[in-house]
Amino acid sequence: MQLIYFARIREIIGVSEEERPLNEQIKTIGDLLDFLSLQDEKYSCAFQDLNAIRIAVNQNYVSFDHKITDQDEIAIFPPMTGG
Amino acid sequence: MAHIYIQVTDDDFNVSDEMSKMTKGRSDIGALVSFTGFVRDMHNEKPIKKLTLEHFPLMAEKQLLNIAQKAEERWKVTDITIIHRYGGLYPSDQIVLVLAASAHRKDAFAAGEFMMDWLKTDAPFWKKEQTEQGEDWVQSKSDDINQKNRWT
Repeated sequence: MQLIYFARIREIIGVSEEERPLNEQIKTIGDLLDFLSLQDEKYSCAFQDLNAIRIAVNQNYVSFDHKITDQDEIAIFPPMTGG
Repeated sequence: MAHIYIQVTDDDFNVSDEMSKMTKGRSDIGALVSFTGFVRDMHNEKPIKKLTLEHFPLMAEKQLLNIAQKAEERWKVTDITIIHRYGGLYPSDQIVLVLAASAHRKDAFAAGEFMMDWLKTDAPFWKKEQTEQGEDWVQSKSDDINQKNRWT
């Protein structure tokens, strides 16, 4: 799956996108955030406050219980401040 | 079906040109409501030197179209234009344009306000402001969420 980060999340993680293999521990968006947070402090820091995280899978907004596949493009970003 | 025009650009836009493009040769439009958002020179009592807008390119266009379509479903609008800029902007620069045209003013006003409220929380743009103290991301406002939710 392809992970894309924006704004504050991108700055904390230090890359704007990366490719990651799906594994059996990861079924949902929530699992993915937990998995990444355990891998590296940067992720646990970026995902610390889940109220300040928004997710789009294949450019559609989804919730943390959304099921993911290895072909998904998963964008992780803070609440939007456009307009 | 309303005519919908969406643009996500790092260029400036000209409001009267966009209005003319919408209304040229048309006699069915009775009302055109225009909203322009600008960069202010103060935010939270701090002087702003620069505002940088980051965006999610393909999704930004898709979401703006989605917001326009939602407005079209709710009100009798004939034409919608949404232009949103990204990149580095300075105080007094234009950020966003929303135009809504209709046979009658009520639909145009309501659709324009609805689209701005949705755009604030649902279009994938993020503002970073630069002040004398350095740079920081603009926090989303719970008030913006409340403004959007009053339409649902």
